[in-house]
Amino acid sequence: MSDVLLKVSGVSVSIPTGQGAVHAVDDAAFSINKHEVFSLIGESGSGKSILGQAIMRLLPPNAVFSGKVELGGMEISALSEKEMQKVRGKTVASIAQNPYLAMNPGIRVGTQIAEPMRAHLGMSKEEAKARTCRALKYFDIIPPEVREREYPFQYSGGMLQRAMVAMGTAADPELIIADEPTKGVDVLKKRNIAAIFQKVASDGCAFLLITHDVGFARAMSDRIAVNYCGQIIEIAGRDAFFKEPLHPYSQALLDAVPERGMHPIPGSSPSMIEVPEGCRFHPRCPYKTDRCLTNPPVVKLEGRCVRCWIYA
Amino acid sequence: MLKDYFIRRALYLIPVLIFISFMSFSLIYIAPGDPAEIMMTSPSGGYDEAAVEAFRIAHGLDQPFYIQYLNWFKGAVVGNFGYSYMSEQPVFETVLNAFKNTLTLSVLALVIALVIAIPFGVVSALKHNTVVDDACRFCALFGVSIPNFWQAYMMIILFSVILHWLPPSGFGHGTEISYMILPATVLGTGSAAVMMRMIRSSMLDVMGKEYIQTARGKGLSEKIVIIRHALKNALVPVITVIGLSIGFLLNGSVVVETIFGWSGIGNLVVDSILSHDYMMVQGSVLFVAVIFLLINFFVDLVYVWANPEIRYDRNS
Repeated sequence: MSDVLLKVSGVSVSIPTGQGAVHAVDDAAFSINKHEVFSLIGESGSGKSILGQAIMRLLPPNAVFSGKVELGGMEISALSEKEMQKVRGKTVASIAQNPYLAMNPGIRVGTQIAEPMRAHLGMSKEEAKARTCRALKYFDIIPPEVREREYPFQYSGGMLQRAMVAMGTAADPELIIADEPTKGVDVLKKRNIAAIFQKVASDGCAFLLITHDVGFARAMSDRIAVNYCGQIIEIAGRDAFFKEPLHPYSQALLDAVPERGMHPIPGSSPSMIEVPEGCRFHPRCPYKTDRCLTNPPVVKLEGRCVRCWIYA
Repeated sequence: MLKDYFIRRALYLIPVLIFISFMSFSLIYIAPGDPAEIMMTSPSGGYDEAAVEAFRIAHGLDQPFYIQYLNWFKGAVVGNFGYSYMSEQPVFETVLNAFKNTLTLSVLALVIALVIAIPFGVVSALKHNTVVDDACRFCALFGVSIPNFWQAYMMIILFSVILHWLPPSGFGHGTEISYMILPATVLGTGSAAVMMRMIRSSMLDVMGKEYIQTARGKGLSEKIVIIRHALKNALVPVITVIGLSIGFLLNGSVVVETIFGWSGIGNLVVDSILSHDYMMVQGSVLFVAVIFLLINFFVDLVYVWANPEIRYDRNS
């Protein structure tokens, strides 16, 4: 039991808009063990990123949150904002998708990397600077003393990506939430990102990878969760999942990747405001029956679970 | 590259200054009235033809227009701006002294403007679309819309006539803050309104950027996120407005200095125009133009400081 690092239970998030509330996350429940790489895969716009923001407690101010998030046995969803600031960047850190947008253009890269050290490890300016240089060197950003004093625009894309990982890992977090790390990135860069992440993971850091990139998730993860229309519809170990996906959407998703013939999923993603009744996938599901019009249960099978009537 | 740019900028100043001096000389020459007659008119109203003629010859006013300009120009190039017809003091010294007074007032006004604009602009952005924001924006609109001279009189009525807190006008020795408060506030509030709106929109834009969310994700407090990560970036476009405001403050001083009897450059220009003191008008206009151009030049430098992407040339 002590192996569980992050436990998410019954988390729902809805965001009011002019057209009605967007039900971005519905009843999410999963846990991530220490040192584990856990991927949350699904289409763009299925609410994955919002779930990441909900864990970090960095949701838009008008978002409505309910549920419970525990990190290392502490219920972080109940902390005050001030206490939460001590957790962010320290125990759980996030790495954003686009380093050009996520780094402050007006502040030296070294200063930005040193910020979590100064805030969480109580380091002096000099100590933080020395540690920043070591981190830069660790991520192959050389010569560190020079690079530390440069601004983001002076970095190449790949270098900035590594600098961002250095920033995320600055205060030795136990969990990193990486949101779409491979979005809009070519194959070569993707391989580099995978290599850096693996390097960090091998140091013992757990990952929550939020991605639409099935191949990347397969290469990286220990376990996989599939998100569809705001709901997690399947969680399984990586090998079991790719060998035999249970949920019809998981099956369709895997058939849609280029290596498996790129079969498109019929129909289109449902609106997140007026979600389909019952199983959210039923309008597109080849196996649908009448009972799919009522909410399917989360069925627990050995080491995995699936939200589908077929297995009930 | 950057150095070349600034040298080029500096060279551009020369034709601009020649053009400005020629324009101001022409305008004052065309304006009705004869400086010699005005200077030689006795307080009782009459003047002596011979004295007027002697004055004209002594100051070269009998020569054609372009010769007069060229004579002035020749002097100006070597730093001799001539003497005032009226006080017979050297123009340069007089202008410099008057400008010092205007500068004191403008700097104080700028400080007042920034002290009002930055906090209110930031608060307005952080609380956007709330009552606080509406109130700030209403005040800003009010501040932009009120004419300087009206605000000046209203403040004199309130603070001098009714409350007796501050002197209504005057210069004192040029150092007493009590004489500066009213004119500086009148000048400052006008610019504050413009700057506040600028800071608000710029701050709103920056607060929506992803790197703000990144900074929060590092566990920094909201105060540090706003001050360190947002404000500096938000102030970059505002620098231009501040530069323009300095010009506005120097211009605005003409009206405000006249109302408050402040012996600055605004008052000097108005007096010299009224008395057709060619030398003084030329000297002050040119001086203000140089200052204005230097400020713009300086604003460019500050821009480079605030924006590292310009500071470090990619090619070098």
